[in-house]
Amino acid sequence: MSAATRARKYEPRKLPEGKQATSAMIASLEAEGYDTVSAPFGHALNALAAQDERIVGLSADLSKYTDLHVFAQANPDRFYQVGMAEQLLMGTAAGLAHEGFIPFATTYAVFASRRAYDFVSQAIAEEGLPVKICCALPGLTSGYGPSHQATEDIAIFRGLPDIAIVDPCDATDVAQMVPELVAWNGPTYARLLRGQVANVLQKHKPDYQFKLGRAQMIREGKDVLVISAGIMTMRALDAAEDLAADGIDVAVLHCPTIKPLDTETILAEAGKGRLTVVAENHTKLGGLGEAVATTLLTAGVTPVFRQIGLPDAFLEAGALPTLHDMYGISRRAVAEQIKGWL
Amino acid sequence: MSGQASTDRRSNVSLARRACNIRRKAVQMGEVQGQGYVGQALGVADLLAVSFFHAVEYRSEDPEWEGRDRFLLSIGHYAIAFYAALMEAGILPEEELGTYGMDDSRMPMSGMASYTPGMEMSGGSLGLGLSVAVGRALGLKRKKSGALVFNLMSDGELGEGSTWEAAMGAAHHRLDNLICLVDFNNQQADGASTGMLSAEPVDAKFAAFGWFVQRIDGNDIDALVAAFDAARAHDGPEPRVIICDTKMCKGVPFLETREMAHFVRVEPDEWQKALDALDEEAPK
Repeated sequence: MSAATRARKYEPRKLPEGKQATSAMIASLEAEGYDTVSAPFGHALNALAAQDERIVGLSADLSKYTDLHVFAQANPDRFYQVGMAEQLLMGTAAGLAHEGFIPFATTYAVFASRRAYDFVSQAIAEEGLPVKICCALPGLTSGYGPSHQATEDIAIFRGLPDIAIVDPCDATDVAQMVPELVAWNGPTYARLLRGQVANVLQKHKPDYQFKLGRAQMIREGKDVLVISAGIMTMRALDAAEDLAADGIDVAVLHCPTIKPLDTETILAEAGKGRLTVVAENHTKLGGLGEAVATTLLTAGVTPVFRQIGLPDAFLEAGALPTLHDMYGISRRAVAEQIKGWL
Repeated sequence: MSGQASTDRRSNVSLARRACNIRRKAVQMGEVQGQGYVGQALGVADLLAVSFFHAVEYRSEDPEWEGRDRFLLSIGHYAIAFYAALMEAGILPEEELGTYGMDDSRMPMSGMASYTPGMEMSGGSLGLGLSVAVGRALGLKRKKSGALVFNLMSDGELGEGSTWEAAMGAAHHRLDNLICLVDFNNQQADGASTGMLSAEPVDAKFAAFGWFVQRIDGNDIDALVAAFDAARAHDGPEPRVIICDTKMCKGVPFLETREMAHFVRVEPDEWQKALDALDEEAPK
């Protein structure tokens, strides 16, 4: 098949009445109604590094795009730029960890999971080294197409023994996970939200604090239980407000630690007879949804179970708001799906 | 840099005798399992003897001594040779030789850090070592340690792109505390390495990447000693590489002439013959 026959024909998208076409250059998440915090990861790392000399930072040519530049500017002698070389990034982090340091290694989620996986597995995890991998552009948070859309990063890393996996929802999660990642005695993989990051969880639950390994109820509700991670907790909370207007009472259990999974809390909440929906910014294969399903089935807890997540497909390029609608992870799409299952 | 332990090691036992002892132990371990990467072990024994009894700082009784030089076995397949060297160096007890590759042994077929005293990394997935060595060399500099990092790799690993990422990184960061050792036996799983993805001219490649390069006969002990000394003494910021052309099965003539193979077949009755051949040529 020639390249010419593979390329698609141009067919303008049919827009609803009165709606303007959206630019693919819109890269930020739709997070209406929330305050934002600038570069929570970089600032949290600076605060921790001031107390812990073991912390060093590494990036593979993406410090500005992972907010690690905030750390690099404050701690130039503790920052290692390894260049556009992700295997070297992970190998170097492993070597520094062998020598007693706690390296934060940053790149995009696609590159850490796809390109550097063997180094994460063999140079880092198999040796039990405390390398903290923190990666921007998790799931569908880029309109660049599959090259930058880490739709399967959690599936890749879930199979890796001894690693902790965190998918934070907001600025509070991102900032508070940093010391918890260091406290975890081993390798970690965290998805990053960068730049202006919404403050979601404390708006809904003012005393919320991130705890590694813990799922926490952010909103109670008697009709539906949504178990969610990452930005999908924000979507679930927003959709819950919309559904409340229709008299549907939705609980949201935020489960930012994918591994080790808080099975105790999940079983207790899912055992209450509500429709149980797992929502994740990830392919429905191999992520939180399947992890929860296995947990429930194994324990004999069998609520009506549904998944919200990305399809088993290479996704389209385009503007994020359009794509989130198209793939069912926008606020509106989440509310519609839940309503349809009741 | 030279410690008490080193002075003792450089005693009256010749490096050639050490190399012979390493070969004998590797062959004995091969006999335990009836197989093993014995061809590579015989080829790299001189390099290991000069490493452990001339170049590398360590304490036999304390393999994790902070001041030690870090010796990384990137090529986990060579574990049989490395165990022989660790035993000869007094880091592993020789009584464990008969457990090689057995259940519960501290000497698995491929080298892993969590099993074996003196094993600094889990190699085996080829092309890992040099990038880990870069991190360790950076870490030692952060700690203002004078210890060196040695990375023993094979010519086959030159085919892995990660090796060259690390080669660039080591030069970029001016890692003059890193010495890479390439065992160039021109043999990998499917045949001659130069016949499938040739890294030649490998010395020019490393030089172009900004390394201080030496290429020697890796079975010539005097040349090895001189190369290690020159690598250590070199007065420049470049990382150092010693490319060692070695001969598979070196020291056992009837195996040296056998058709070259990645995994040399040794018949059950040949292990003793191999030991006899080594003893016949054993230096004093």
